[in-house]
Formats: sequence, structure tokens, C-alpha cells
Amino acid sequence: MKPMVWTALKYVLLFLGVVIMATPFVYMLSTSLKGPVYTFEYPPRLIPKEPTLSNFVEAWSTQNFGLYFRNSLIVAITATLLSALLSAMLAYAFARFDFKGKEFFFYVLLVALMIPGMTLLIPQFLLAKTLGLRNSLWGLILMYVTNNLSLNTFLLRGFFEQLPRDLEESVLIDGGWYFTIFFRIVLPLSKPALATVSIFTFLFCWDEYIWATVAIDEVSKRTLPVAIATFYTAHRTQWGLIFAASLIAFTPVLITYIALQKYFIKGLTAGAFK
Amino acid sequence: MKRGWKVAARGLSSPFVFKFISPSAKKKWAVFFFVFPGIALFLLFWVYPIVKGFQISFYKWSINPNLPSIFIGLANYQRALRDPVFWLALRNTVLYMAITVPGQIICALIVAVLLDRIKLGRVFFRTVYYLPVITSWVIVSVLFRYLFAEKGLINYLLTDLLHLMPPIPWFTKPGTALTVIMLLGIWKGIGWSMVIFLAALQTIPNELYEAARIDGANAWHEFWRITLPLLRPTMVFVLVMLVIGGFNVFISVQLITGGGPLNQTEVILSYMYKNAFSFLDFGYAASLSYLLATLIFVITLLQLKFLRKPTEMYY
Repeated sequence: MKPMVWTALKYVLLFLGVVIMATPFVYMLSTSLKGPVYTFEYPPRLIPKEPTLSNFVEAWSTQNFGLYFRNSLIVAITATLLSALLSAMLAYAFARFDFKGKEFFFYVLLVALMIPGMTLLIPQFLLAKTLGLRNSLWGLILMYVTNNLSLNTFLLRGFFEQLPRDLEESVLIDGGWYFTIFFRIVLPLSKPALATVSIFTFLFCWDEYIWATVAIDEVSKRTLPVAIATFYTAHRTQWGLIFAASLIAFTPVLITYIALQKYFIKGLTAGAFK
Repeated sequence: MKRGWKVAARGLSSPFVFKFISPSAKKKWAVFFFVFPGIALFLLFWVYPIVKGFQISFYKWSINPNLPSIFIGLANYQRALRDPVFWLALRNTVLYMAITVPGQIICALIVAVLLDRIKLGRVFFRTVYYLPVITSWVIVSVLFRYLFAEKGLINYLLTDLLHLMPPIPWFTKPGTALTVIMLLGIWKGIGWSMVIFLAALQTIPNELYEAARIDGANAWHEFWRITLPLLRPTMVFVLVMLVIGGFNVFISVQLITGGGPLNQTEVILSYMYKNAFSFLDFGYAASLSYLLATLIFVITLLQLKFLRKPTEMYY
């Protein structure tokens, strides 16, 4: 086959794939822009006749998605910052110090990567009840930090091990503390790794559904995934509203992804090529 | 550059008194400071629950604090082995895994190979193929329910546009409902494997392909003799991760069929969830989740043992 033909064929196939990947999103967007009447028009239309933002307005205000958005934001941002800090501290200890039980904890963290989170759902639910963490955003935050701890620690440990040690030693010789080294040297030098870890943690928290639906009963404490699922179960026919709410939830993810793409690729491949 | 840092680091020395604390004491405090918060959280919210859950699975667990839970030994596990819905759920879970894992790998490999050596529009394609990966399971599950609705886009395509078949009521029969769930699993996962394959393909030196071409190899040979063997470690990594993910299928089933009609599309985790939070049978639900965790753990270890060469992979 001639190279030109081959290249053309490649593009045809790739565009076919793009249609399969993107059409559901286009359909979702167009449904959300239709008024309530048209959502199951047949034959389906990908471009709405009279586009309107009324679904978005109703979802945000009347249906309280503004509040759920705020809850999600609080949980995801707090959990991400806390997770980055705690995993970085733990990773630094694993990379630089020898201490009792180091090997043991390391293997426990490894095993934690392999055990599905849902195995812990019931005991975590009972624990949250005992500790008064049900119906509290802190209950979500602490669990999300824990869930991301092992993976983040592994990724950061790998990065810290590559940092030059002589710089840190010179601080110690000057009588500085390890805290100084960590906060003033190690963390600033690790911005790319911290960014990668933070992005994945943020997305995890933003999209997490199972724990949130178990831990939260109170309507005012719902996060976006729980709110969307609940709304969908209760109002199966109001597709325009459901998708407006879904797009409200999806927009921050999309923006993060497009703005920080290079960190995504780095994070994904860091696990694969160690 | 390095010199600059050193000079900067000089300014960071601590107050005078700290200089009298011995280096080894310093180190001890530092270890405590760095390790404690993370490990404490991990012990409380991960290690304790995993032990507690194991204990619960041996009890007829009472959710009423005034009634005692009764130790019943292995009865919950024995009950699972006799429970036809458990076997149905296990069959569906294995089927889901057996179809979506190869489905994702093959599609992702094709896309990655197509994308590997094109120049124009690479980032665009990669972005679009990756979109479903970053979208939450809740949103895509609801979306697929809508796409495959009686008067949805897919039936319109099949019936009115392509004239292939009459509209299918996808969610009334278990077979077609599971098909939708699996199609969703493949569609959502392609981008993830594709990005990893693509990164691996770029590490293959071009000279290998050039040498092969001089020897008269065509694209087909190149793929089977060069690309695929060199992708092997990456392939193992992707396989292991996807198998774990496949066994964990839950949200799509929960939101698309809820396990119905009549438990026919139940998977292990949806059945576990139903037992725990609809029937409040925590003991039985815990035993189901431990059976699944054990299965995943054993399969993962077996895959690592038989597929990976040492030093090839990190975890």
C-alpha cells in the first residue's frame, strides 16, 4: 500500500473512533439544551431546534445543584491538599529514613493497592457511624485521603528518590531540621510530581460515588455524583435536567483535563514504566 | 543551578538552640513527624476496617446495638456457595471481565498504533478518546441508559438509519441489558489503555522498524514481530489493572439495571451492596466482599507470577 493511502485510511479510522467517542457527549449536551418537551423527540436531533439554558438554570437553583457543587468543591479541594501533604510526608520518610516497621508498612501499602475499596465499605460505614462521621463532609474527606494514600505515596516516593541528597545534607550541617528541608526544599522541587498526584486525587474525589452515597443521607450534604444519581432515580423522564446537572458536574473536570493534560499523561505512565 | 540552591539552602538554617540537639534525636523526631499522620489515618480507616470486616463475615451481624451479633463460623460463606444468585452474580462478573478486558485492550491497541506515527491532530485525538475516562461513572451510566432507551439514539440508528433490525427494548432482557453495560465498560476504558500503549510505543526506537523494512518486512510483520513483543511488559501492566477493574464493576450495573430484571444482571458488588444496604444483612454482605477480594488477590498474584519477568514492573 502506498504511504499516502495508508495515512488517509488511518485518519478515516481515527475519525470514525472520534464519532463513537464524542457522539454520546454531543447528544447529552443537545438534550440538556432542549426544553423539557423535546427530550425524547423521534427521530432524535443532535442540534436542538430552539436551544435554551432553562435546564441549567433550574438545575443550579431550584434543584439545588449549586449547593451540591459547593459541597463537592469543598470535599475535593480539602481532600486533595490533605492527601498531597500526608502522602508526601510519608513518601519522604520512605525515601530517606530507616525506621522500625518500614518494610512491613511498605508491604501493607502495596497490598492496599490490590484490595478493592468496596471490601471495606461495610466496616467503614460502621466506623463512620461510631465516630459521628456520617452525614459530614469530613467523613468523605478523611476516607478519600486514606483511599488515595498508598498510590500517592508510591508515586511520590519514586520521585523523591531521584532528588539530589547533597542539598539536604548541607542544610543539616548548618543545623537545619528535616522539616525545613522538606517544606523549603523538597516540596518546591517536587511541584510536577505533586501536581500529578493532586490532579488524580481531585478527580477521584470529584467523581467518587459509592462511599458518598453510603455515608451521606442528609440532602444538604450531598455531593454531585450522589445528587445526580438520586435525581435520576427519582425523575427518570426529566432527561434535560439530568444532563444539565451532569454537565455542571463535568465542566470542572473537562477544564482541569484540558489545562493540565501533560500531568495526566505523566501520572498514567509513571505507574506503567517503573 | 545546583549551586544556586545550595546558597539558598544556607539561609534556611534553624534557630541557634536547635544546634545542640543531637543528629540522631533529630532524626527520631523527624521520622515520627513524617510517618505518624499518614500511618495513623491508614490504620484507622483502612487496616482496622479490613480486620473488622473479616470478623463481621463470621457473624450473623446485628445492626441494632441492643441486640447481640451471633458468631456463626463459616455459615455466611457456605450460604454464598449454595446461593444461586451469588453464582449468577459471579458468572456475570466473570463474563463482564472476560469481554470488556480483551475488548478494551484490542480497541486501545488499534487506536494507539494508528496514532503512534501521525503528526497532525495527535493531541486532538488523544483528548477525545480520553474524555470518557475522566467522566464519572454516574454520568456515563445515566447517559448510556438514555442512549439505549426505547426511543433513544441507538435504536434510531439501528432501525431507521441503517435498517438493520426493529427497535430493541435493551433493558427488559438480561442479555441485552448486560450487553449495554459491557459496551459502556469498553467505551469508557479505551482511552486509559490507549494513553499507556501510546507512551510505550514511543519508547520503541525507530531504527528497529527501519532495519526490518530493509529486510523486507511489511507493516503486518512489524506489528507482530517488533511492536507486540516490545509492548509485553506494558501489556501485562494494563491487563492486571483492567482485570482488577473488571471484577470491580458496580456503578454501571447499579444505575443501569439495578441488578434486574429479577437479579438476572446482578454482579458480585451489586449483590453485596443489596444485601448490605437493602436487606441490612451485613454479615452475609461482608462474606461476599471477602470472597471477591480473595478472588481478585489470587488472580492478580497469579498473573504477576506467570506473566511478568522480574524487574519488568513496579507493581
